Amino acid sequence: MELFDNLALGFGVAFTFQNLIYCFIGCLLGTLIGILPGIGPVATIAMLLPATYALPPVAALIMLAGIYYGAQYGGSTTAILVNLPGESSSVVTVIDGYQMARKGRAGPALAAAGIGSFFAGCVGTVILAAFAPPLTEVAFKFGPAEYFSLMTLGLIGAVVLASGSLLKAIAMIVLGLLFGMVGTDVNSGVARYSFDIPELTDGIDFVVIAMGVFGYGEIIANLSKPEDEREVFTAKVTGLMPTKEDFKRMIPAMLRGTALGSALGILPGGGAMLSAFAAYTIEKKTKLRPGEVPFGQGNIRGVTAPESANNAGSQTSFIPLLTLGIPPNAVMALMVGAMTIHNIQPGPQVMTSNPELFWGLIASMWLGNLMLIILNLPLIGIWIKLLTVPYRWLFPAIVLFCAIGVYGTKNSVFDVWMVGIFGFIGYVFHKLGTEPAPLLLGFILGPMMEENLRRALLLSRGDWSVFVTRPISASFLALAVLLLIIVLLPAVKNRREEAFVED
Amino acid sequence: MKIKSQKDFFAGLMFLVIGVAFAIGAIDYNVGTGARMGPGYFPLILGVLMSILGLAIGAKGLVVETADGDKIGKWAWKQVFFILAANFAFGILLVGVPSLGIPQFGLIVAIFGLVFIASMGGYTFNAKEVLILAICLAVGSYVAFVWALNLQFPVWPSFITG
Repeated sequence: MELFDNLALGFGVAFTFQNLIYCFIGCLLGTLIGILPGIGPVATIAMLLPATYALPPVAALIMLAGIYYGAQYGGSTTAILVNLPGESSSVVTVIDGYQMARKGRAGPALAAAGIGSFFAGCVGTVILAAFAPPLTEVAFKFGPAEYFSLMTLGLIGAVVLASGSLLKAIAMIVLGLLFGMVGTDVNSGVARYSFDIPELTDGIDFVVIAMGVFGYGEIIANLSKPEDEREVFTAKVTGLMPTKEDFKRMIPAMLRGTALGSALGILPGGGAMLSAFAAYTIEKKTKLRPGEVPFGQGNIRGVTAPESANNAGSQTSFIPLLTLGIPPNAVMALMVGAMTIHNIQPGPQVMTSNPELFWGLIASMWLGNLMLIILNLPLIGIWIKLLTVPYRWLFPAIVLFCAIGVYGTKNSVFDVWMVGIFGFIGYVFHKLGTEPAPLLLGFILGPMMEENLRRALLLSRGDWSVFVTRPISASFLALAVLLLIIVLLPAVKNRREEAFVED
Repeated sequence: MKIKSQKDFFAGLMFLVIGVAFAIGAIDYNVGTGARMGPGYFPLILGVLMSILGLAIGAKGLVVETADGDKIGKWAWKQVFFILAANFAFGILLVGVPSLGIPQFGLIVAIFGLVFIASMGGYTFNAKEVLILAICLAVGSYVAFVWALNLQFPVWPSFITG
């Protein structure tokens, strides 16, 4: 079996002492920061990215994957104990998780989230390992026209599946693409939009945008809200293990959540978040067994299903990144940036030219999930302590880590000025009700889209019809249009707005 | 004409202005043709697209009725100022500004500057508490970034280390 050979190769890479340590550190740091309310996974990864620069590429990516899972996990702990979603994908976990905590069942809720996520992570890893090679082969058949159309589909898909105003989200993508144009044009050598500032001829660093918009922007927005009364269930976490009865209810929810999450995660866009919402909706539609707590009042299935789904989704969202080189969401966009820093061009060639890295990363994803469950359940006491750290100590520390991280990326003080400017821009976005995640996606994809457009039009001698006459390209574009039409249909539009509103 | 959604209207305006600016910038570069795309080709398309989207969003803000007018609300200028000032102070203290005669103070001083200024943007300001926080962060950052990760920072003021 090729699958097992590949996985064996991967585990060989991941099981070296060095990589195990980096995976562990990544999970630990990710959880540590992810648990703090008000910092999402994008800001967490951006903040910790500079810590991985000095590492060899495999170790760096393994550590980043660990950080990502840790941040996701940490987010659900915050959701259950503080009633604050640490990130968008744990928004639904809050509903039943917090109610369970209020009834003194925080322990089983945390365990349910942990076990559900671990199971989903295992399944997600196997799916990733099984689907990556065939998809890669398909990807090798793509020409520039196909890639351009695929990226268009990816970007459209990303906003269609996300929440908020569709028009504004598309505008944010275009803005991201435009920001991606800043810097020297690779073909003509012309420095675009750089206003004769030498540092700008290299383009804007993605770390600067991520930290400015997601780090500073969010801090300013958080601080401008009135100070909230946080209720943390510190003393009440006793008895971690769910009861037998709980397990009986959890298992089907876990299976449904995992299946749904794995399928939706592959789609571009808010895979993890959408799958959590969808999983919760499905659980709510199923009939309550006699004696079961209704949803919204602390049903354990309401925690297990969305947590399994979002973890399965975050696992399978690596598939488009690793096989096609196209990031399906903002977190994966950061991974692209991280790979480029280590001179790895994400895309189908990674698997053939760099199999150790590819399979090592996949194996370490599973290890990361295992470590998280080991790390989280026994250490829960420490994490809870972290939740009691007041925000007035946290935010100066976050500002500091962003500033140090930005400077440390290139040892350039110019980037410190830039991150300040983007911090303000991020706050403006917040005030105007525009979601910043599509901006980051567009920014990462901008140069790639331009290059593929250039090649496609060069091959077709300037004929734009190439995008609709080549069958694969045409079907991607048709799918993108179809998605837009579906979302704009009045019936679906209302449902979509409903689906993203907490009830 | 009354603005029905402030957020949409001003977001649209912002997109329109940025789109037009990028498009005008793109014309300055060589636009070229489809077969031989110049550096201005793709940005011009994007700029025009962005302007159209901006117009559409702005128009929506004027036409589509919203329940509460979708107000932007008060700007948190105090928080904006202190967070950004903390960031800029960090940069200035870290490497100095030779043209203004500000010497390089290095990482440790910069951390104290950043933490104090940023804390002033918070709900409460307790100098003693902030001092303790700054000391912890300075020691922690030194250990993590300079000692463990070996990132290259100017750590101490240049007039002390020479």
